[in-house]
Amino acid sequence: MIGYLARRILGAAFVLLALSAIVYALFYLAPSDPAILTCGKGCTPERLADVRAAMGLDDPVLTQYLHFLQGLFTGRDYPAGPDVRHCPAPCLGYSFETDQPVTALLLDRLPVSFSLAIGAEILSLAAGIGAGVLSGLRRFRVLDRIVNGLILAGYAVPVFLVGLLLLLLFCVHLQWLPFPSYVKFTVDPLLWAQNLLLPWISLAVIQTAAYARLTRAGLQDALAEDHIRTARAYGIPERRILWRRALRGAMLPLVTLTAVDLAQIMTAAVLTETMFGLPGVGQLLVGAVNQIDLPVVVGVTLLTGLLIVVANAAADLLYAAVDPRVQLR
Amino acid sequence: MTTAPPAPPVPSRALAALRRDRGFVTGAVIAGLMVLVALTAPLLAALAGQDYTTYHDTLLDSARGGVPIGGFGGISGEHWLGVEPGTGRDLFARLVYGAQVSVGVAVAATFLEVLLGVTVGVAAGLGGRWLDSGLSRVIDLVLSVPVLVMAISLLAIVPQDWPRPVLLAAVIAVLGWGGTARLSRGETLSLRTRDYVAAAQVAGAPWWRVARREILPGLTAPILTYAALLLPTNMVVEAGLSFLGVGVRPPTPSWGQMLSTATTWFRADPFYVFLPALMLFLALLAFVLVANGLRRALDPRQRELTR
Amino acid sequence: MTLLTVEDLRISFRDKLAVDGLSFELPAGGTLGIVGESGSGKSSAALALLGLHEAATVTGTIDFDGVDLITDVPWKDIRGARISMVFQEPLTALSPFHTIGDQIAEVYRLHTGASRKAARDRAVEVLGQVHIPDPARRAGAYPHQFSGGMRQRALIAMAIACRPQLIVADEPTTALDVTVQAQILDLLDEVRATTGAALLLISHDLGVVAGSADTVVVMRDGRVVERGATETVLVSPREPYTKALLDAVPKPGEPREITGAPLLRVRDVQRHFPQPRRGSFRKPPPIRAVDGVSLDVHAGETLGIVGESGTGKTTLARMMVGLDRPTAGTITFDGADISRRRGRSVQMVFQDPLSSLNPRRSIGESIADPLRLQGERDPRGRVSALLERVGLAASEYDRYPHQLSGGMRQRVGIARALAPSPRLIVCDEPVSSLDVTTQAQVLALLEDLRAELGLSLVFVSHDLAVLRQIADRVAVLREGRVVEIGPTAQVYEQPQHAYTKELLAAVPVTDPVEARRLRALRTTVSG
Repeated sequence: MIGYLARRILGAAFVLLALSAIVYALFYLAPSDPAILTCGKGCTPERLADVRAAMGLDDPVLTQYLHFLQGLFTGRDYPAGPDVRHCPAPCLGYSFETDQPVTALLLDRLPVSFSLAIGAEILSLAAGIGAGVLSGLRRFRVLDRIVNGLILAGYAVPVFLVGLLLLLLFCVHLQWLPFPSYVKFTVDPLLWAQNLLLPWISLAVIQTAAYARLTRAGLQDALAEDHIRTARAYGIPERRILWRRALRGAMLPLVTLTAVDLAQIMTAAVLTETMFGLPGVGQLLVGAVNQIDLPVVVGVTLLTGLLIVVANAAADLLYAAVDPRVQLR
Repeated sequence: MTTAPPAPPVPSRALAALRRDRGFVTGAVIAGLMVLVALTAPLLAALAGQDYTTYHDTLLDSARGGVPIGGFGGISGEHWLGVEPGTGRDLFARLVYGAQVSVGVAVAATFLEVLLGVTVGVAAGLGGRWLDSGLSRVIDLVLSVPVLVMAISLLAIVPQDWPRPVLLAAVIAVLGWGGTARLSRGETLSLRTRDYVAAAQVAGAPWWRVARREILPGLTAPILTYAALLLPTNMVVEAGLSFLGVGVRPPTPSWGQMLSTATTWFRADPFYVFLPALMLFLALLAFVLVANGLRRALDPRQRELTR
Repeated sequence: MTLLTVEDLRISFRDKLAVDGLSFELPAGGTLGIVGESGSGKSSAALALLGLHEAATVTGTIDFDGVDLITDVPWKDIRGARISMVFQEPLTALSPFHTIGDQIAEVYRLHTGASRKAARDRAVEVLGQVHIPDPARRAGAYPHQFSGGMRQRALIAMAIACRPQLIVADEPTTALDVTVQAQILDLLDEVRATTGAALLLISHDLGVVAGSADTVVVMRDGRVVERGATETVLVSPREPYTKALLDAVPKPGEPREITGAPLLRVRDVQRHFPQPRRGSFRKPPPIRAVDGVSLDVHAGETLGIVGESGTGKTTLARMMVGLDRPTAGTITFDGADISRRRGRSVQMVFQDPLSSLNPRRSIGESIADPLRLQGERDPRGRVSALLERVGLAASEYDRYPHQLSGGMRQRVGIARALAPSPRLIVCDEPVSSLDVTTQAQVLALLEDLRAELGLSLVFVSHDLAVLRQIADRVAVLREGRVVEIGPTAQVYEQPQHAYTKELLAAVPVTDPVEARRLRALRTTVSG
């Protein structure tokens, strides 16, 4: 077990390293000169030179990258005028726009993205599995058809379209709900949930479709397996067969998918956050991109990469925990 | 003694099944129409006598903030679907040119992803341990990349004067070929163990002949099914990117981008939201129906289950 | 006292009549065997006894100790409690998510209402009855952690847990190695004797039934062909079909004088596979699939290689045709290394006729492939000749594999192997997935071809009876090594190695008297 974990961590580290190198190369070697961007308007050649020195842009690329890596692990010192500004590990630099430490910015916004993801995930799991099981049992033909149709529709409607429609319907037209703004969970849980309701629903639509389809196919596959026939042959009641054997088999892929999807939502919730004005990581990114605030862009990209890598490893571990046949390699 | 597995989808049988599938046919027809519109956009616009850049200020009611005069967003004989609020541009023309971007980028991106993914995947599947190991790591890396986030970031830094739609397709494809690669690799590894591949090798076939004659035909069904669903996914990505403002630049229209500006006009001119939303929804639904039909026709296991 | 009476049983599915008028009687504590090839309806009949058909029309009478098993059946009381079933493939028949002990306990608790502890104890008890070592500990293991034979024993344990009156075993040994097969059959016999349950044994293998059943019913296409005491039916059958079945069982071949020079030489060949790491940092030792094999194949002879599953015979076969390279050692054909002769002198016939032909290609094209590779532009004529040589019509050229039966597909495989006019053909279990009558035909074809074309054959199989018929010399493979090699008659009549003796004692034979003798022999050997 220890060996497996160690190897997995090593593999993840490798992926992150490669990702960071690519991201770094792309952004800092980009056509747009970071120094000019930092310098901003009213840039004089002397100030430009100062900025370059401060950012260490005169060093060769590899050195810059190594400094960057070093900053991630041990923190980094930036010259700021006569003094030195220490940026604690993991150091992702300072925002060009607001001059705030990027790490702090990210940590500040992470809970929002997480709230969004977890709520949407729970909602889609409940709805998706429920619909999938009911449809997979093929007991109600009509329900099966409806679920089928909804599954198709789910794939056909992009998140922002649903979000748009929901917003326009519930906030603007019917005015049942106020326009969402983020309230921290720790401040008022009920308000927190109410504000996140519409974003959760818009994200859940596609997820539900995917889960319903998986559950349905998984259930049908599981019910066709030999050990189900054995269970019947030994007189085990149908309901027990369903819950203890068939669903167990059908749920396996779903369990692992949850971990990955959670990360996916957090990284892909950019659109939802923008539309609903939620101060999450995605919204931060969009703002940073429009201002070409490179440190923030790099920071967000690395964070999302990290989330995906961690989620994948978690998914593998979960799979091994849930399926006795799987051996960790 | 052992039951024979269901017969493989010989093309004629699969085609017959597809023809019978009403969902598929509906989807295929609509999708075909969309592609047609995309291809003939300039022609259609010329037919309507409009283009997508000309401002028609006179048709806007400046007293109400630039809302089009007349019902349904200003429908008239000249402007079949009305005009855009705020700019007065012909909506019909913008929609058909928007089809070019929305459908075109999705198709191009999907095509590139399939090309790239199959090449790498088959190479990994057929190659020796080292090649497979190395390529698998690359595939894992690509799969770990957060597509939307990277796309946004990349589009921000690339030179702004390159042709935007092409760039969009390229960026989406480069970030998204991991899925097709993983699928190709998996299928190749599984096909490789089939005895008929071994038989070809025993008969003396070189690896490229084996790849071409035994492996690639076996990949057609799963890749086709996967790509069919990939297309609407890519369309959504492009729409999302344009919605956020990092996709195509004005004045090039895209349905996603139109939706973005349309949100602010909702109360005044709901038609302006409705039309691009409908187009996008129809296009996506059409391709999803096609994908669903293909999956049912080509996956022999699925066929058994749906009976 | 008659336990089970079946009268005029008819089972039909949507479009097919699977069983057409089956009748038999089974006394309490007796054994009845139902024998038939695939499609004979035997499995359908078995499943009907437990009402396991989803969408079938069942008519006729099934009387089980006074209970009607066709209409208004109180299945809850019957299934698992009074009638138990042992299925063919134990890995998929058991739930992978629960331990063996849990599964047996669950069944026991369901039917007897016993406490958890009592059920657990019963599970351990029956596991011990089926001779699973250390049953208390093994009860906590999952099915995939058992070997194939152990799993089948566990399934039998589950079957006897509730002390049923009847055990139905549907092809219980088909998926097992021949030595394990014999053990399981012995176990079923023992269980019947100690618990007093009746046994209904269903198999395609006459030998399996010969050693275990008192009465036998021979089925074909849903109908009963012959029925009676095993001694009578299997020794002096009345019906022509039964006679044909018995004839098709492989019989010892005529010994031949082999004078050819060694054609294929295998010297000290080893093949190692790296073992996947399991949780530890150290590299585990490699799997030695082939661990130092040396043998020769002489021109014009048929060399048989016998071994159970996992002994490395397929790996060896693949190396012989150049599909795989040995980790150590050499394989030469006519003096030159085998990897350089690929495509010409040595060809292969594969086991599974379904996966050995490309499903998207017509069979004619599949046969033409090797010819095209050699540069022939229009091989149609040659392919037609080959098709006819293997007993198929030339007009079959354009048909697809799924349109042909298993036997026909295997003939196509042979035609393909013959196409480049090889001198040696390696056959890897070519008849293992065929019915016994088809098997006999394909074996006859191979022998004809060998004689006519002067071929040398390497015949890899787990089936000792088949090898006895077709091979001139036999090599016995165990754990990657050759433990015995020699002329067929000698190896079969005077086996030297203990493993060879064990193998021979396990072979199912169709003579009931002989079968009983072998069973007695096995029990003394295993002690």
